[in-house]
Amino acid sequence: MYSVRQWSVRHARGLNSFYRGFEAVLVRFHRLFEWIGYERLERPVAFVERNVKGLLFDCQMCGQCALSSTGMSCPMNCPKTLRNGPCGGVRANGHCEVKPEMKCVWVEAFRGSRRIDGGIDAMSEVQVAVDQRLKGRSSWLRVVREKTAKPAAAAPAAKPAGGTSR
Amino acid sequence: MKFADEPAPGQPLPPLPGHSSPGRLERVLRAGSFAVTTELAPPDSADPQEVYARARVFDGYADAINATDGSGANCHMSSVAVCALLTRIGYAPVMQISCRDKNRIAIQGDILGGAAMGVCNMLCLTGDGVQAGDHPQAKPVFDLDCMSLLAIARTLRDESRFQSGRKITSPPRVFLGAAENPSALPHDWRARRLAKKVAAGAQFIQTQYCYDLSLLRSFMRHVEDLGLAGRVFILAGVGPLRSAKTADWMRRNVPGMHIPDALVDRLAGAKDPAREGRDICVEQIQAIREIPGISGVHVMAYRQEETVAEIVDRSGVLAGRVPWYPGRDPDPPEPRPHGAA
Repeated sequence: MYSVRQWSVRHARGLNSFYRGFEAVLVRFHRLFEWIGYERLERPVAFVERNVKGLLFDCQMCGQCALSSTGMSCPMNCPKTLRNGPCGGVRANGHCEVKPEMKCVWVEAFRGSRRIDGGIDAMSEVQVAVDQRLKGRSSWLRVVREKTAKPAAAAPAAKPAGGTSR
Repeated sequence: MKFADEPAPGQPLPPLPGHSSPGRLERVLRAGSFAVTTELAPPDSADPQEVYARARVFDGYADAINATDGSGANCHMSSVAVCALLTRIGYAPVMQISCRDKNRIAIQGDILGGAAMGVCNMLCLTGDGVQAGDHPQAKPVFDLDCMSLLAIARTLRDESRFQSGRKITSPPRVFLGAAENPSALPHDWRARRLAKKVAAGAQFIQTQYCYDLSLLRSFMRHVEDLGLAGRVFILAGVGPLRSAKTADWMRRNVPGMHIPDALVDRLAGAKDPAREGRDICVEQIQAIREIPGISGVHVMAYRQEETVAEIVDRSGVLAGRVPWYPGRDPDPPEPRPHGAA
């Protein structure tokens, strides 16, 4: 929902801190997740993630969440799905060139990033191309698997979003 | 400028150390000359002569010619094809690549194909949204964005592999460019975005129209503060405005376009607005040349391409230099089959 999405950007700092805590808890459950089986967890976790993040951010479930690098403004809501900052077509009022009624996702991202410690630096990191295969899958589970995997054992599919994913 | 090692028309220049392409634009920029690039609107036609006729109007006044890739989301002859035609007779095109119409498989194929045909400069763009053009019912692709496109192009060139990791046998020797719009919001972010593009692989930048020079100056100060001076060649976008009405229409309808009131008023008060528009353009080019960190201008004169030569000539920025064009050198070396050493 658009108004909730804007609320989330205004509260980027709090949401980011909350997520960090949440992620730390998830990582602790890695053994349990492994015991149950990540693939078996994929559908229910993705369902929860889709609904929670859908409400807060209009999340599109790209599967390689970058919200912490984008000031809690989901880049997949950009009509051009830009992952690296605004295009040159931002209107004088800060709205989108494609959807004039919507604020530019990246103008919002810049606003949100300024509220997060280190947010501007995170936004300045180059995000590589999205892996379309991850669409619809849980970012949360992927991050836990990445954070707990031994460096050499990292799955190739998990590579694209790198260490900046959230 | 005539290079000592000038090849036969259509042949690549001998590679120089530290250069990533065998092209003229990189040569000119690295030599420290103030470069002039311009833009060719690809025809709505399958006739190659139309492409050549459109290129000829820039003869002697442009170091490189951009071939747009469905600009404004309108359908035209492809940029790859325009570039292939231009390189055949020796022109130095800048192949624009937009992420709107092709996915990474097609784009990487085009980078290899373009380089094989002698294209030395590629400009990585996101592209306009489909709603802006004549086919709003089309599917927008945007598999990549300009930044990931730059990174992929650089990987192809410097690591000889596709994004997938699969090796290629001969890398595309290309000079990589990107666009920037110093006039668009958020102003404070624009220079950082440029830094990001440089980090992703951009070696030169062609900006959108910069009618508000104060915005350009503050952008350039920010660019210098970020330590980007000397790491990227920046060509500022300029172009003649035909009338106050056009200027006003452009700033209201072309996203990201900022034209100060003072300029519109000046056009409105002029007896010959088109002439005034060209005068303004000449003055702006001369002012831009004085801005530290700017390496050239990119002159965009859509549907008035014939004015480019006059504008560049009057601005004096070429300082007596005559960029190469077919027939410039009376006795060019004999052409050889393409690819022969």
